[in-house]
Amino acid sequence: MDSVTPYVVLSAILFTIGCVGVLVRRNAIVVFMCVELMLNAANLALVAFAHQHGNLDGQVAAFFVMVVAAAEVVIGLAIIMTIYRTRRSASVDDASLLRW
Amino acid sequence: MTHDIPVVAPAEADGVLSLLWLVIALPALGAAVLLLGGRLTDRWGHLLATALPIGSFGISVAMLVELLGRPADDRQVVQHLYTWVDTGSLHVGADLLYDPLSSLFLLLITGVGSLIHLYSIGYMAHDPRRRRFFAYLNLFLAAMLTLVLAESYLVLFLGWEGVGLASYLLIGFWQHKPSAAAAAKKAFVINRVGDMGLSLAIMLAFVTFGSVSFTVISAGAGEASETTLTILGLLLLLGACGKSAQVPLQAWLLDAMEGPTPVSALIHAATMVTAGVYLVVRSNFVFELAEVAQTVVVVVAVVTLLWGAVIGCAKDDIKKVLAGSTMSQIGYMMLGAGLGAAGYAFAIFHLLTHGFFKANMFLGAGSVMHAMTGPDGEGDVDMRHYGALRRALPVTFLTFAMGYLAIIGFPGFSGFWSKDKLIETALADNLVVGVLALLGAGITGFYMTRLMLLTWFGQRRWREGVHPHESPLVMTVPLVVLAAASVFGGAMLLGGWVTSYLEPVTGHAVHHEPPIPVWAVSVLTVAVVAVGVVGAWLLFGRRPVPETPPEPRGAGGWAVTAARHDLYGDAINDTLVVGPGAAVTRTLVDTDRYVVDGLLTGGPLGVAALAEAGRRLQNGYVRSYALSVAGGAVVVCLALLAVTVA
Repeated sequence: MDSVTPYVVLSAILFTIGCVGVLVRRNAIVVFMCVELMLNAANLALVAFAHQHGNLDGQVAAFFVMVVAAAEVVIGLAIIMTIYRTRRSASVDDASLLRW
Repeated sequence: MTHDIPVVAPAEADGVLSLLWLVIALPALGAAVLLLGGRLTDRWGHLLATALPIGSFGISVAMLVELLGRPADDRQVVQHLYTWVDTGSLHVGADLLYDPLSSLFLLLITGVGSLIHLYSIGYMAHDPRRRRFFAYLNLFLAAMLTLVLAESYLVLFLGWEGVGLASYLLIGFWQHKPSAAAAAKKAFVINRVGDMGLSLAIMLAFVTFGSVSFTVISAGAGEASETTLTILGLLLLLGACGKSAQVPLQAWLLDAMEGPTPVSALIHAATMVTAGVYLVVRSNFVFELAEVAQTVVVVVAVVTLLWGAVIGCAKDDIKKVLAGSTMSQIGYMMLGAGLGAAGYAFAIFHLLTHGFFKANMFLGAGSVMHAMTGPDGEGDVDMRHYGALRRALPVTFLTFAMGYLAIIGFPGFSGFWSKDKLIETALADNLVVGVLALLGAGITGFYMTRLMLLTWFGQRRWREGVHPHESPLVMTVPLVVLAAASVFGGAMLLGGWVTSYLEPVTGHAVHHEPPIPVWAVSVLTVAVVAVGVVGAWLLFGRRPVPETPPEPRGAGGWAVTAARHDLYGDAINDTLVVGPGAAVTRTLVDTDRYVVDGLLTGGPLGVAALAEAGRRLQNGYVRSYALSVAGGAVVVCLALLAVTVA
């Protein structure tokens, strides 16, 4: 077994947990946290593979992901706050106005 | 063939005969002035419209004198007015043909026409649309004269359609009455069926002979195949049936009585309805060579002459009795025309005498209606409301009686000579046809006597507020003139004048002897008529006439019911033509609506349905969108893996 394998397996497990969480949970905050979990699972895989290849490409990409995730958290939380204020609910199923 | 087919070979018109065009032009001018002049002509329009046909009559008489002065083989002249159609191989000139046949028609049309114009001055005196009435009458005369003066089928067709138009306008003259408007439409539509036959005949003639001129066709008829001539003859007969109200296109004539009575007298008795007879006689060069077509003419004629007579027996409307009688009498003329060269001249002879006595009786009926006008201003036509009018309307009664004696064929009166000759010729040709014609004469005696008894004799059955009075002089003078013609019209037969005069047109007839002597035929005819007259007297003369028609009863009740319903002519038309026609249109409409429209709108409807289903995917749930994204990602990953592994 390669030395990178445990990291990739962990990354896959984390990603799956995050993915299932996004699909099944209704609370917007929890969904949001699951998204973060998926992003970080991806980061873990990037860093692991970068280590295996012995270059910095993956690690740089991981930094970019963190920066983007930080920006996304700012905007995402702001949206969730606004929705909660207007609708007194943080459920993603309640915010379904944009439909047929 | 036992005789030669006469050929139309006219010379150029000169002298008095070059005034031929004027005969048509005068009434046409009248119609134009009255219709275009509008209200300006209201005050004197009817006088102008009456003077112009009298002018035409004068010219006709002068031309007849000129024609009589010529030798018998030089009595056909043609006047070329201008080239009407000149395209490809079709060349039609606006040519007028004047020969013995047209000359007699000219006199009948302009003579009777003038008298009826004169009568109408009195009859229509109080009608607010009098000017228009006279304009239409003049239009009719111009068209009818074109019809009988045409030298080609196409010019004839022009007049043919013209009289159809005038007839339509005049039947529906009192257009505020829905019944009149419907009757006009009915006449027009049924005539279209006949006109279709005539127009097909013209096309066939053009294809076969390369021309529509009588001169060319009569010269070339001998070389055409008998099948072609038979089809041509049958198509011409269809045209004649429409215009002359012969079975099976007879249903319009009774309804046409909705028009003013002078119209019934002029168009639906004396002239227009006889155009079919004219057409058959004029086309003798076709019928002589097509025996089948000739036989069909005889069959149609015999059926119609009995059909019309039976209807005449059952009607209480005086004009409808006369209309049924007209159908029947035209049947006699058609019979003569179907009997070939032996009958043509007698058909025309009967046509002329019928023109006199039937116009006389129609105008008489108009005079009676005029007299029986009730407080509501409507002339009463129901004979059951008449009775004992002979003292109130002495002049009308006497003139009507002349017409009556003429139509039943009282010895010495004009109808006696003409009908007798037709029956004699029919007997000589075919015993069955002759006997049926004889039977028709008996029925004629019956229904005309019934009409006389109901109208002039018996008790008064007048409605409240009706005060019969004799009509003014302007109406009675035409009656007197026509009565005189009804009495003395038979003089044309003196010395066989009418047959020999018409010989250049009809060809020389080989005379067949009837199975019994000629004098015996006359005696037999008079005897059969007498039976009819006595029968009518027994039924209607001896006892009071009920004011409402009695219910049909007894063994013959069904016959009375059938006759009162015009022998179900309308029902037959409805079942055979109107019903299936409506079914076809309905099917076509449904096909259009559901099949054609379905094909065109089906595609867009399918797309719309798909979109309707597809938009349900946009359900607004973030999690389901996320599932789509995840599913998509999985598919992409699997695809990449598959590509890499492969």
